[in-house]
Amino acid sequence: MKDDNTGAPRTIPIQSATFSNPTNAEIRRAAATGIYDIRGGGSKRKVPHFDDLLFLGASISRYPLEGYREKCDTKVVLGTRFAKKPIELDIPVTIAGMSFGALSGPAKEALGRGATMAGTSTTTGDGGMTEEERGHSNKLVYQLLPSRYGMNPDDLRRCDAIEVVVGQGAKPGGGGMLLGQKISDRVAGMRNLPKGIDQRSACRHPDWTGPDDLEIKILELREITNWEKPIYVKVGGTRPYYDTTLAIKAGADVVVLDGMQGGTAATQDVFIEHVGLPILACIREAVRALEDQGLHREVQLIVSGGIRGGADTAKALAMGADAVAIGTAALIALGDNDPRWESEYNALGTTAGAYDDWHEGRDPAGITTQDAELMKRFDPIVGGRHLNNYLKVMTLEAQTIARACGKNHLHNLEPEDLCALTMEAAAMAKIPLAGTDWYPGKPGTGY
Amino acid sequence: MQTFDLEAQGLRELNTTLQAQATATNQTSWEIVNAKGSHAIAVGLDAPIEVNVKGSTGYYCAGMNKQATVHVYGSAGPGVAENMMSGTVIIEGDASQYAGATAHGGTLIIKGNASSRCGISMKGVDIIVHGNVGHMSAFMAQSGNMVVCGDAGDALGDSLYEARLFVRGSVKSLGADCIEKEMRPEHIEILKDLLARGECDAKPEEFKRYGSARQLYNFNIDNAY
Repeated sequence: MKDDNTGAPRTIPIQSATFSNPTNAEIRRAAATGIYDIRGGGSKRKVPHFDDLLFLGASISRYPLEGYREKCDTKVVLGTRFAKKPIELDIPVTIAGMSFGALSGPAKEALGRGATMAGTSTTTGDGGMTEEERGHSNKLVYQLLPSRYGMNPDDLRRCDAIEVVVGQGAKPGGGGMLLGQKISDRVAGMRNLPKGIDQRSACRHPDWTGPDDLEIKILELREITNWEKPIYVKVGGTRPYYDTTLAIKAGADVVVLDGMQGGTAATQDVFIEHVGLPILACIREAVRALEDQGLHREVQLIVSGGIRGGADTAKALAMGADAVAIGTAALIALGDNDPRWESEYNALGTTAGAYDDWHEGRDPAGITTQDAELMKRFDPIVGGRHLNNYLKVMTLEAQTIARACGKNHLHNLEPEDLCALTMEAAAMAKIPLAGTDWYPGKPGTGY
Repeated sequence: MQTFDLEAQGLRELNTTLQAQATATNQTSWEIVNAKGSHAIAVGLDAPIEVNVKGSTGYYCAGMNKQATVHVYGSAGPGVAENMMSGTVIIEGDASQYAGATAHGGTLIIKGNASSRCGISMKGVDIIVHGNVGHMSAFMAQSGNMVVCGDAGDALGDSLYEARLFVRGSVKSLGADCIEKEMRPEHIEILKDLLARGECDAKPEEFKRYGSARQLYNFNIDNAY
């Protein structure tokens, strides 16, 4: 490039890495509106993740199992510590809590159908239990959230497990949001709220604070349900060692740990992107807490936040989790953000794969909406079939890896089967850097 | 009258026994002795039985109650009648924090005072307090009625939805979006009924009504602070 007048060479215009186009666009948007950005989904920034880990596979010192013939079990039992009726799942992939309200009734039905076909569980969400989900979900986890929308003892008794939600990875320390566009008559009725208001759920439970109270709350829940139901405690990824320790102390059967990549129906973008830990940094710390209490495998650990396939599942299990949960991936399997609706995403000012304004209730795929016309686009039977297919593929992929590592159960995968590609992942996951036996912070190494 | 010695027979046995009482049971009246501040007494009941607890209770007495009348002859710990659906809970003494939290229905009568966050997130219950209520009472209260014959502490009815609050004495401060509202004839009628059910020696005309200004119902950045 040359100067028009002198012909001298000119510098090439350079975009600032700090003041990038998306950053500047957000500054302009904030300046024009005076309101922070609200969106759905999880963290979009690149953080150390399961992609930064690899399996070593078998060799002379480890021998593999035959890929298609030899047994590689996938069953998982959740709630063996105290519950009279633990949940038995065929696969270690569960469906995370997503509310009716955030999702349509047919979408909840599809989750139930798909999970039941695959032999796993679904989870209710903020807003209570719907007949669509209870009717189609063979194993249903009922969340006890700060809002207590729709909470009642009858549903507590007809669920298969109870999940006390302390926090979630997308917004640890924050409550739910459901804006007025999605507070239909039915949603308002279930939540006992005026129609069309912008609903914000409380961030703390109304009747307990701290682990000592939680222990008593769990006692009450067990007394109401005859000590039958497994009780999960769900926390966002913040201080995983201490949160896991305190959840165990409070009497949890299962700890659910959700990293910052985990989705939400709606909250502030600044919250999603700047609060909480990537799931990779949480798992080994939670497992350490379980081991320190002598309860690893007796109190089960479910991890979530950015789980996309069988490899992620296998890696999480190798690091010590008992199961994983998927939310965003399940929605994509149902048809969320599908390019078939590209022209409609364009009309909303976005593109397939980037659509995250779930709170506006205008989802072209008819999944994250309460709009009767949009909902018609989504067939829960087809959606359920797709989810089942996807769960099957995840399981087959995880089995493929486990067999290659010589394991006849997914739970036999272990940290020694893994290596890390980056220093950051090695440090967070406490997995040796590829080609070494070292990771930053490894005890006894002085680093 | 069946008598149950909680200390001797244990909590699990107590709740199993009371929860097993069907709607058509003949054993409609129970007395619990040696409560000694135990937690989760008489939780998850679902029959029109009468349970009289002799002594004070710990956390979550009568939690998620349906149909039953639970009468505590003492004081109640945190979260009494939490998430109650129906029935009646009467506390002769004082109630600790979060009394009637998120309760969807029924009637909670507290003859003494209630501590902070009484009626937090209430969803249809009627709460009648003969004495005072502490700070942040009726926080995010969605529906139902709260009657306070004494005074209310700081931040009454913060982020209130459609619950009605009636206070006879002083209110130390009102929470965000909670305002005093006109006491119309229909409110006098509602209050008259509540006072009669709560066996309160007070006249409806002595009360002021508080409710939501409904300014927080739709998101506006000027409400965030």
